[in-house]
Amino acid sequence: MTEAVLRLVGVTQQYGTGATAVSALSGVDFEVRPGELVAVMGPSGSGKSTLLTIAGGLATPTTGEVVIEGAYLSEQSPRELARLRRRSLGFVFQDFNLIPTLTALENVTLPLELDGFRARVARRAGRDALASVGLDDKGDAYPDDLSGGQQQRVAIARAVVGGRRLILADEPTGALDSVTGELVLKMLRARVDAGAAGILVTHEARHAAFADRIVFLRDGRIIDESRRAGAESLLAGDVR
Amino acid sequence: MSVRQSLLAILDQGPCYGYQLRAEFDRRTGSTWPLNVGQIYNTLDRLERDGLVEKGDVDEHGHVYWQITDAGAEEVRSWLASPVQRTQGTRDELAIKLAVAATLPGVDVSAIVQTQRRASLAQLQELNRAKYAGANPDGPEELAWSLVVDSMIFAAEAEVRWLDHSEQRLALHPHHAMSLELSTEKPRRGRPVKDPVVEQPKRDETPSATGAVR
Repeated sequence: MTEAVLRLVGVTQQYGTGATAVSALSGVDFEVRPGELVAVMGPSGSGKSTLLTIAGGLATPTTGEVVIEGAYLSEQSPRELARLRRRSLGFVFQDFNLIPTLTALENVTLPLELDGFRARVARRAGRDALASVGLDDKGDAYPDDLSGGQQQRVAIARAVVGGRRLILADEPTGALDSVTGELVLKMLRARVDAGAAGILVTHEARHAAFADRIVFLRDGRIIDESRRAGAESLLAGDVR
Repeated sequence: MSVRQSLLAILDQGPCYGYQLRAEFDRRTGSTWPLNVGQIYNTLDRLERDGLVEKGDVDEHGHVYWQITDAGAEEVRSWLASPVQRTQGTRDELAIKLAVAATLPGVDVSAIVQTQRRASLAQLQELNRAKYAGANPDGPEELAWSLVVDSMIFAAEAEVRWLDHSEQRLALHPHHAMSLELSTEKPRRGRPVKDPVVEQPKRDETPSATGAVR
């Protein structure tokens, strides 16, 4: 069995103490394997974003463990943790979060350069990543010159550049029209099919359908889980 | 019925024989509404009866080519220009199931919602996969039928959203507040009595019981 890229074990996140304590997550067990895209759904305040923040090592859970590619985050020094975040995972946000004064290629190579890669190596990896989202010819464009869909594809390229294997996407289609949103999700899906692991937080079931597994959060707990059905075609029968 | 008008709209492009008409319909809808040849001929017979199509030439294989009449072409224009009217008050099986379940003492409605949501999400995933399974998504035939798949995808998504909404609304109520035990009032057959004077004298009714009969 392939090792999970990300594992959450009994993760609880509590804000405040005593009688006023609020649990954002309660005993969540969760894992994502290479080639697997997991969608996380649930109403506002159900813990979706907290889960993503903890999975990305941006917050430390009150109890429980986060394991990324075999490394227990609780055992990492701040410096090691920062390096792990830079090398292993990429974030995709609703509002793209590209740096407006850098070109598309520079945005994509920035994490590699921060990590000490030589400029030439970083540029080559950056071009490959841009090509993987169909933007080979947009490397020199600035974010303002790109459409929303193109900007989000740059963000996906940035998230996977240099062999990052864990993509954490927080409502990546939230700022896009529905057709462009689907295109972006197809790109995300393709990166996962190429070997990455992904978490997709979304409130749109139509978009969650791109995932292999859909987990449903309510009040900080996973209350439901749906897996992709077998090979039988819905279109063959049962059509009204 | 959209099959009748769809076939007519295809005939508006030029004469077709029955089997050809079926193939033309199929490649436009991706076989999502498979029609058998019998249905095609029945529909053509009715269209002919209504003066919207007529029999034309017969080719060397014996195929009868049906062609549209002026009245038929007018019908096509009017069909394309008017909105589809959804039937009012359809009895949605799921909505009725949830409404009844929510009022049954001891029944866990959230379990029903979750079971349904799992099924609806699995259906969505399957539809999504079907949508992108084709070889040439931008070709006209695949585009046409993927629009049909899209409509099923959006309907399934609407169902999931409605389930979430219902679940949250139900969560606001303590379960017992929803329960309706079997009423002790026995509704009588027929219309409610309008004039209290003609009420059967033997019956011992409280005012609230009469009020409950609607």
